[in-house]
Amino acid sequence: MDLEYGQEYEAFRQEVRSFLDNNKLKVKGRAPSELTRQQYNDWLELQIEHGYWARTIPKQYGGYGAEPDLMHTVIMDEEFNRAGVMRGSPSQGPSMLVPTLLEHGTEEQKQRWIGPTMRGEVRWCQGYSEPGSGSDLASLQTSAREDGDDFLINGQKIWTSTADRSDMIFVLVRTEPEAPKHSGISYILLDMKTEGLEVQPLRTMSGDIGENSFNQVFFKDVRVPQSSVVGHRGEGWKIANTTLKHERNSLSSNAEGTLFRLMRLMEKETINGVSAMANPVYRDRLMKLQARVLAMKHHAMRLLTCSLKQENPGVAGLVTKLQNCQLGFDMASLAIDVMGELGALYDHTKYERDKGFWQAHSFFSLGLIIGGGTAQIQKNIISERGLGLPREPKPAKA
Amino acid sequence: MDFGLSEDQIMLDETLRSFLADQVSIERIRSLREESCPNHRDIWKELAELGATGILVPEEHGGSELSLLDAAVVAWTLGHAVTPSPFLGSSILATVALRDLSHKAIPGWLGGIASGETVFGVAATELFSKREEAGIRIEGGTLHGKAMMALDACNADFILVGVDPQTLAVVRRDADGVEVERLRTTDATRCTSEIILKDTAPEAVFENVGPTVQRMLEAGRITLAAETLGACEAMIEQAVAYAKERKQFNRVIGSFQAVKHMCSEMIADLEPARSLLWYAAHSFNAIPDETPLMSCHALAHASEIGREIASVATQVHGGIGWTDDQNLHFWFKRIGVARHLLGGPEFLRDRAAELQGLAKAS
Ligand SMILES: Cc1cc2nc3c(=O)[nH]c(=O)nc-3n(C[C@H](O)[C@H](O)[C@H](O)COP(=O)(O)OP(=O)(O)OC[C@H]3O[C@@H](n4cnc5c(N)ncnc54)[C@H](O)[C@@H]3O)c2cc1C
Repeated sequence: MDLEYGQEYEAFRQEVRSFLDNNKLKVKGRAPSELTRQQYNDWLELQIEHGYWARTIPKQYGGYGAEPDLMHTVIMDEEFNRAGVMRGSPSQGPSMLVPTLLEHGTEEQKQRWIGPTMRGEVRWCQGYSEPGSGSDLASLQTSAREDGDDFLINGQKIWTSTADRSDMIFVLVRTEPEAPKHSGISYILLDMKTEGLEVQPLRTMSGDIGENSFNQVFFKDVRVPQSSVVGHRGEGWKIANTTLKHERNSLSSNAEGTLFRLMRLMEKETINGVSAMANPVYRDRLMKLQARVLAMKHHAMRLLTCSLKQENPGVAGLVTKLQNCQLGFDMASLAIDVMGELGALYDHTKYERDKGFWQAHSFFSLGLIIGGGTAQIQKNIISERGLGLPREPKPAKA
Repeated sequence: MDFGLSEDQIMLDETLRSFLADQVSIERIRSLREESCPNHRDIWKELAELGATGILVPEEHGGSELSLLDAAVVAWTLGHAVTPSPFLGSSILATVALRDLSHKAIPGWLGGIASGETVFGVAATELFSKREEAGIRIEGGTLHGKAMMALDACNADFILVGVDPQTLAVVRRDADGVEVERLRTTDATRCTSEIILKDTAPEAVFENVGPTVQRMLEAGRITLAAETLGACEAMIEQAVAYAKERKQFNRVIGSFQAVKHMCSEMIADLEPARSLLWYAAHSFNAIPDETPLMSCHALAHASEIGREIASVATQVHGGIGWTDDQNLHFWFKRIGVARHLLGGPEFLRDRAAELQGLAKAS
């Protein structure tokens, strides 16, 4: 263990702090959806310029090109969270596609997609789930049939977050119908404007509020060059699993920022003239949550160290998604409780706190408990892959 | 010794369930959410014809004068069907208060509730929780101030106002100086609002009625618990039905032990809570000394297991549970919002301890 913040780190912290002091008014307290697209992209680009975003992505792919360093990451996260400002972008392109391309993409794919994705110029959605294939993702049916140098894609995806506002989709399709279910899948990059591709939005339980949109994506003879495959044909399952791993690590990693926001709320909110923070029951619940946030924060440091040393963290690496998503839901629950009667308010009604953030966050966190592999699937993975427990027996063939 | 619902209560439950399934379908409820207030008078009238609205109204005023346990059966069913109606405000809170009080207008008001002609909204929040400088005062014989998260007041004819824990007043909804603004919550099936009174002349003022105010809140809490548990029951039923039907990995998901356990934990929470609710409701008429404590626990406990059941039942559905189309969220939100009305769990438990004289940590 070496967590010395040498002088160099103190200087880095000062630098991040003054960057935020000078720039945070541009974005503070505003959800990305409240900025124009240009404002948001400029903000991302400014962060890349200073190395606070895309920090370890090589320069030739549009990143800042720094050596990975645990303490830098920790300091950036701490300072951004303290300032109440989102670092980088939580969307699926940067968090899932980019790490996948870095690991499996061709030189051309990396050159073409990583920079624009990190700068927000190209927005991606993830086309994995289908109506009949959610937890059992490998059973997916959307097909890509060879046609000259191209594939023709037919089928349907569902629960595709942000598809209605994305430029591109990374999609799993079955290219080898004869192969066993896990080895017939390919990972393809596709322009959302391609002919034959249609997006139908689905309303969610959170109504029109919240960052997430939910969609169905239909494919009818959608033509895509075979060169759009990432990795090799038929290896899509393996590649998707690296993406999912990134998704599961990124989901809800902003817990400390949410906790600070919760603390500010509890200081302001009063019931019968007494602040919520002074109520011992609420304070105790807050402290329990803080312990969980701190545990997950330091857990992330430990996992990052493992990944820098290319060590396998074992079962410790499998529990993050399960814990973080429930933690997000529980923080929203406390926020809603301390607001009492007013915690129920929604739809931009009078007296609503934080523009309805907490109710929306509660819905969203519940969605995250399900999305990207449900809590039950996470527990199966932890026990089977992490603890070596036997898999469930397959049901007898009918 | 006989701990359970009577044959009449079971019949009441069945009649109401089949009526609501036919007449107040979820499609109808979906269409009501676009309206300024979900408490549609047609539904209220239809409930009156079934004898539900006047369930606690004395017979002499046209009601059926049944017990709170009967009313809890109705509330359970309304929660189960996420029916929007002013049942809590009119048939419980206002009725329990008014039938205890005397004033020449009361027979007419209660008769109107029983016949479905009259709707009462109730401003009760400030009796136990004040925020945003809310509170109503009486000055020179007229009412001033604001009340928050009043129940069922938008479409009401009269509003029963909790002035302080000793004092109630009734105002006409359309009297001078009465402003009612809907406060929208996540739950589109319940009417909550802010009421501002400016120099409003009351129809009646009742002073030194502390015990009545307490009885009213107790009945309200038990009723709200019943609604929440009814909504929980409906969510469990939907989750179980889905688990029997949805297939992944070539088998119905209900054959996975993980899913079985989610379902069994939900029902293991619900059934004892139902028993507690029955006891609390029964105590209201039969053992009133126990009702203050029982009503706090019944509601606090329902709210706590409600939050868990709402989340787990949604999770059993996977992604589809998160959509608007699946409708599951109507129950999720009914349960979630009820948690904040008439006292949240922390408040209710604190009160429960206080009622038993348990020392407060200082
Ligand atoms: C907010 C949100 C965002 C999403 N975004 C995307 C996206 O951008 N792109 C995308 O492709 N998908 C997305 N999804 C879909 C998500 O990945 C799936 O919903 C999820 O994998 C579950 O699949 P399902 O919905 O088909 O549920 P099902 O797989 O049908 O699951 C239903 C229930 O059965 C349980 N179950 C299933 N199999 C087992 C088992 N073997 N053992 C124990 N329990 C089991 C589940 O845990 C769940 O409780 C999103 C979902 C949500 C909620």
